[in-house]
Amino acid sequence: MNWFTKTFSSTIGRKIIMSVTGLFLCSFLVVHLVGNLTLFYRDGGEAFNIYSHFMANNPVIRTMEIVLVLGFLFHIYDAIVLTRRNKAARPVGYAENHPQENSTWSSRNMGLLGTIILVFLLVHLWNFFVPARFGELEGVPNAEYTNLYAEVVKAFKNPIYVGLYVISMIALAYHLIHGFQSAFQSLGLTHKKYTPFIKTFGVAFSVLISLGFALIPLYFFFFVNL
Amino acid sequence: MDLTLKIWRQKDKNSAGQLVTYPLNGISPDMSFLEMLDVLNEELLVKGEEPVAFDHDCREGICGMCSLFINGRAHGPERGTTTCQLHMRHFKHGDTITIEPWRAAAFPVHKDLIVDRSAFDRIQQAGGYVSVNTGGVPDANEIPIPKTIADKAFDAATCIGCGACVAACKNASAMLFVSAKVSQLAMLPQGKVEAKTRVENMVAQMDVEGFGACSNTGACAAECPVGISLDNIAMMNREYLGAKASSENV
Repeated sequence: MNWFTKTFSSTIGRKIIMSVTGLFLCSFLVVHLVGNLTLFYRDGGEAFNIYSHFMANNPVIRTMEIVLVLGFLFHIYDAIVLTRRNKAARPVGYAENHPQENSTWSSRNMGLLGTIILVFLLVHLWNFFVPARFGELEGVPNAEYTNLYAEVVKAFKNPIYVGLYVISMIALAYHLIHGFQSAFQSLGLTHKKYTPFIKTFGVAFSVLISLGFALIPLYFFFFVNL
Repeated sequence: MDLTLKIWRQKDKNSAGQLVTYPLNGISPDMSFLEMLDVLNEELLVKGEEPVAFDHDCREGICGMCSLFINGRAHGPERGTTTCQLHMRHFKHGDTITIEPWRAAAFPVHKDLIVDRSAFDRIQQAGGYVSVNTGGVPDANEIPIPKTIADKAFDAATCIGCGACVAACKNASAMLFVSAKVSQLAMLPQGKVEAKTRVENMVAQMDVEGFGACSNTGACAAECPVGISLDNIAMMNREYLGAKASSENV
């Protein structure tokens, strides 16, 4: 192995990859949520359909889509490698253990929370990405774009999807509450001047982003009737 | 006070172990935890049984020899103490106390409650030192070091290498120990000379020993008897990235 692969297959190197990809995925969440806010615009879905048409056809977005997939893959792959290593580091557990006395639940269960988010992600792609990219969506009269908005309305009339989406966003909130500030710690970006702000911002960011996403299925379930 | 002890008994490295229950009566709340175990061992000797093997040395919290996972916590329920500094007044008459060895693949159990912590020694030997010339004694304070840096380096240097960080970590990670040793020297001018090679070699050895990675749960710092801060881990990660990017070791 050369120095580069050695660095990024060390425990610290892998945590660096987790942090960088994690923060990158956070930036994706911001873009995704901002775009999705068009769903709240009461125009029968016109703004959202124009936005989704742009996202599906703009070459910059299509390129970033590949980077985004790589971000997810690296984040998930390294999580699996690290989790296996961490399990192997303690083959015999304690008969009595009280970790709640020294650490938060979310910090100890990032893998579980991440798995919930991954399951959600696959369902979410199946709900919207697959029909938008590969399916035959009905068109919008007198427009060059298809009606993805109708898919949103349809999916969120199903209480099972609404429940799954909301629970997943709670998992996302807890994943981010630990993950956001943890990424800065792993990257060595700590300082007594900035770390308290990073921690507070991280919690606010996690709650607001997750709340924003969770409001979408709830809004459609309770307030949109077509 | 009367107690019920559940203690991990294991004949040697290769044997399977198990928790064995011992009733123990007439313990004074003024005793330290290790003195309580001494009383138990005396009773076992009188009965002709094998005494419980446990690590201890200075019994005043500075050597790092005592260990023990007591009632699900490293060094017991009190914060900022080693097991020898833990007193029986923190327990109640009638309590059941579970006593287990540190659990980590890198800390194999030797016998009963004694684990082999030589993995820490090998990490230290990989770079936890400064090279100095022999000869005349240099003047004290010849090299100026700012007070804030000296204080931080000293805080890191208080690590006694007991292994509670590994024991408490859900990943059995040694990051707090290694980072204390790396940061302590990286902050001081005497340590800067070998800083890059040091962090590279110590982290490499840490990985070879089979410790887990850091999940930033903070359990290590919370259970550390001398209060080593998580800031050291951030500093080591900084040092490591910088060294990997710029050292001469390809």
